[in-house]
Amino acid sequence: MQFPEELRYTTTHEWIKLQGTEAVVGITAHAQQELRDIVFIELPKVGTVVKQAAAVAVIESVKAAFDIYAPVSGTIKRVNEAVTGSPQRVNQDCYGVGWLFAIEPSDSQEFSRLLSVEAYRQKLQAETH
Amino acid sequence: MTEPLIFERSVSGRRGYRLSPSDVPTCSITQLLPQDQRRTEVLPLPELSELDVVRHFTRISQLNFSVDTHCYPLGSCTMKYNPKLNDRVAAMPAFAWLHPFQPADQLQGILRLLYELEQLLCAITGMSAFTLQPAAGAQGELTGLKIIAAYHRRKRRRRSIILIPDSAHGTNPASAALAGFQVVQLKSGMDGLIDTQELRARLNSNVAALMLTNPNTLGLFERQIKSICALMHERDALVYMDGANMNALLGIARPGELGVDLLQLNLHKTFSTPHGGGGPGAGPVGVTRSLERFLPLPRVRRVGKRWVWTEHSEASIGRVHGFYGNIGVLIRAYIYIRTLGREGLSRAGCHAVVNANYLKKKLQDIFPVAFPQACMHEFVLSLKSLKAQGLTAWDVAKRLLDYGFYAPTVYFPLIVDEALMIEPTETESKETLDELAEALRKIACEAKEDPQLVSRAPHRMAVGRLDEVKAAREPDLRWNPASVPTAVAH
Amino acid sequence: MDYAPNTDAQIQEMLDVIGVSSFEELISSIVPEKLRQSNLDVPSGMSEQEILQWAEALGSGNRPVNQQISFLGAGAYDHLVPTVVDVLASRGEWLTPYTPYQAEASQGTLQAIYEFQTLICQLFQMDVANASLYDGASSAAEAVLVALRCRARTRVLVSETVHPHIRQVISTYLSQSEAVFQEIPAVNGLTDIEALDRASAEDVACVVLQQPNVFGCLEPMEQAGQLAHRMGGLFVACVYPISLGLLRPPGSFGADLAVAEGRCLGSPITYGGPGLGLFTATAELLRRLPGRLCGATVDHAGHRGYTLTLQTREQHIRRERATSNICTNEGWLALRATIFLSLLGSGGMKELALLNFEKAHYAYRRLLEIPWISAPFSQAFFNEFTLQYDAAIDSDKIQRVLAKANILSGLSLARWYPTMEKNFLWCVTERISKDAIDRLIETLKGFQG
Repeated sequence: MQFPEELRYTTTHEWIKLQGTEAVVGITAHAQQELRDIVFIELPKVGTVVKQAAAVAVIESVKAAFDIYAPVSGTIKRVNEAVTGSPQRVNQDCYGVGWLFAIEPSDSQEFSRLLSVEAYRQKLQAETH
Repeated sequence: MTEPLIFERSVSGRRGYRLSPSDVPTCSITQLLPQDQRRTEVLPLPELSELDVVRHFTRISQLNFSVDTHCYPLGSCTMKYNPKLNDRVAAMPAFAWLHPFQPADQLQGILRLLYELEQLLCAITGMSAFTLQPAAGAQGELTGLKIIAAYHRRKRRRRSIILIPDSAHGTNPASAALAGFQVVQLKSGMDGLIDTQELRARLNSNVAALMLTNPNTLGLFERQIKSICALMHERDALVYMDGANMNALLGIARPGELGVDLLQLNLHKTFSTPHGGGGPGAGPVGVTRSLERFLPLPRVRRVGKRWVWTEHSEASIGRVHGFYGNIGVLIRAYIYIRTLGREGLSRAGCHAVVNANYLKKKLQDIFPVAFPQACMHEFVLSLKSLKAQGLTAWDVAKRLLDYGFYAPTVYFPLIVDEALMIEPTETESKETLDELAEALRKIACEAKEDPQLVSRAPHRMAVGRLDEVKAAREPDLRWNPASVPTAVAH
Repeated sequence: MDYAPNTDAQIQEMLDVIGVSSFEELISSIVPEKLRQSNLDVPSGMSEQEILQWAEALGSGNRPVNQQISFLGAGAYDHLVPTVVDVLASRGEWLTPYTPYQAEASQGTLQAIYEFQTLICQLFQMDVANASLYDGASSAAEAVLVALRCRARTRVLVSETVHPHIRQVISTYLSQSEAVFQEIPAVNGLTDIEALDRASAEDVACVVLQQPNVFGCLEPMEQAGQLAHRMGGLFVACVYPISLGLLRPPGSFGADLAVAEGRCLGSPITYGGPGLGLFTATAELLRRLPGRLCGATVDHAGHRGYTLTLQTREQHIRRERATSNICTNEGWLALRATIFLSLLGSGGMKELALLNFEKAHYAYRRLLEIPWISAPFSQAFFNEFTLQYDAAIDSDKIQRVLAKANILSGLSLARWYPTMEKNFLWCVTERISKDAIDRLIETLKGFQG
């Protein structure tokens, strides 16, 4: 399973990537695989102010619904409309075309509390044992 | 073999039912009904002959498994035989054609029946009073939770938490949320029962009630129920029992004597009324004497030799049904109880428990039982070992259809990995249980030898395994004249 | 009499396999002795013959409406039930399956639900219909809950002309919540539109009206809907399915949510229950819908099939965050409605509505021939209308006189509207013949106060 080095991760299986003034958010390959076929995605409204770890989006498979939590606090700047139209994009390319939304972070300190790729891998290993 | 949709059989101008011609002078619609109140577009309903309709609904009925045609061991649903006699009585014109606003002197028979049903349910459960109004188990839960809220409000306090074990049916937390409560989940103990340590840890002065199911969804009896109730009552919190599994307790134990304050019964489970492919059910709620005044209105009362409705009680939570409840279902349940009587009800409970334990014993070598202790009316297997073959409980459920058995409940309760929940009920014979065990044994072999046979099941139904992902991604919830039918199976 | 097939010998055999000597031994290992009940205080069982005799005896204490001339309506309507509906629906394949969770073994039920959803959408001219809720009243309450969540507002405006039982159920559902239940008064038998306008507020989640309303009058639905939308709320319409063969469907007057009591579509009154909660909405509200939905899909070979879908809204998956707690619905009555609508079809439903309309208007006209009867409202109506007796008239006596002539008079509205003493709600369906109406008039004309 792929976990790009340059990303930061959360214990709730989101990834986040800082790009200029905004941070792009998606779900990890592990989350995508656990969810199996994603059938519906509900994204936040642009302009919504969110707190770190607050539920901001929902991803559904046929028989389950999962909350997506904001990895950092801030304002939602953009959402990926393309995935609401075809949610399978998240299954196909969760780090690329399957990104979910972009946040303008309000507290850069919060990044330090996110997981590195090693820490995330360790967490996954701990979960399966 | 599948059948076209009724709309695809429509022929313009065809008629399927002849109404009596009008015998009153025609009146001018244009004068009596303003233009802006009239339907202007043609009503787009299909047009068929009576025979078209009869063939269509007879043919598609044959695509169903049902209790009348197949063993239906669906856990937590109590798919016992639905006696035909009950349907016959409910359809008698003297019951079927009563209007809710007729004067009471024209309704003495039905009012007496409802009154007696309440008494019988009290005798069976040990509760003091019942409302028959809730239309199904979940509406019964909502009614119970509103009563719990009213009880605390009466004591001039607001308590916001309902404790619910993680093994509970999904309606429990959903009903609690709908009633305005916050749900706190209790993690079950290693034995599948309520962990009293966990309960103590979660119990505080903001807890309004505990909602438990007994026997629980694993088919296990809560042995500590009395002390659990006592613990709740010490804090003046109430104990609500989801009575969906009451079938197992018939003649064995009475919730009212165990310390339960209120419960709902699912008459379409324990009392054999037909499920109708999804409903109707009935979810009467029983309470202790001290909660009686909170019951919904109206309530049926006996005054001398007459039965009447009473509309007043200032403490009542109000009305939950448009009229008096699902009377047609209540009549069936009443007839069932009167048919079985004391001996029959006890025998039903006893045979339900024996059937479940027998089947469990026969299956436990094939698939591990989630909890090994003796069960009541149902038990849960865990099929996680099949993951090695890339198979799931869902695959086994589908394959079982090929063997002529409806599938047990799958993936519930949530606390068991790859759960298969089986409830045979008392009306299945030993021979049928032996056949069911044999079918599961064969499927377990198939899983090892030919996993694809199982993963692609069912093979003998009208349709193969359906694409649920497509159904959810591209919701197609109604026929449209424009929609081109996909290939029709044969 | 019971229905458990296993003989004593078989039970013993099964107990042996379980590894216990008796049921007593088995049960005492499960339920501690001190928790067992002593006796079951229920009468002994009965044979089929005894049951039928007892049912006849109980039934003789009832006087069903089909043995009299009934002008009772008020939310429970006496309509025809075609023989075909009774015969087809009583098949065990329809009556005895569970909710169609295993789609491949439930294609009959699922196809019927898909057809039901389509038929209801056609009748209501709405985008989506679910597989049914309990009854008209709880459907109205669920519609209000959808509006509250969807608009994230708290005020619910309900017209006083909505059936009181529906208002009571909405109010019960809303108790304990932050929602504010506010009634809009009536004027001349209709919702006071000016009062509705005045009630406009930023926190209005929805406006609820009934068509025809509880007095039988036809409301200005389009206007009310526009007001609701101007407030930023949703418009909830409670309608009467039989009337939709003639009246404007809710989809054409701007309803966001349209609900109804659907029992009148092929099921007997049965003292008011089971009902059939019809629930429809616009496409935008699809994900907010309570209850089950059936969708068309394909199997691996590309053949069309049906399955329950969008289940993540429901309690068994979403638990405390579900759109509703409903599980069991009224599937069997939905099937009956499906057969009923298929049988009557477009022409039959139109004719049926027309029959109701014409007979009711004939009765209305004839009743107004009675000198002490007047019409308190002058609004258009469908098959139900309100009439007023002169103050000097002893209405109890009239009820008795009519009862003697085997006639059930219209319903006194004073039970719900204390100021409407001497006002009666009369309902005339296709089941009432001209002769019956003429007999009513003759009886009333002969009445000496």
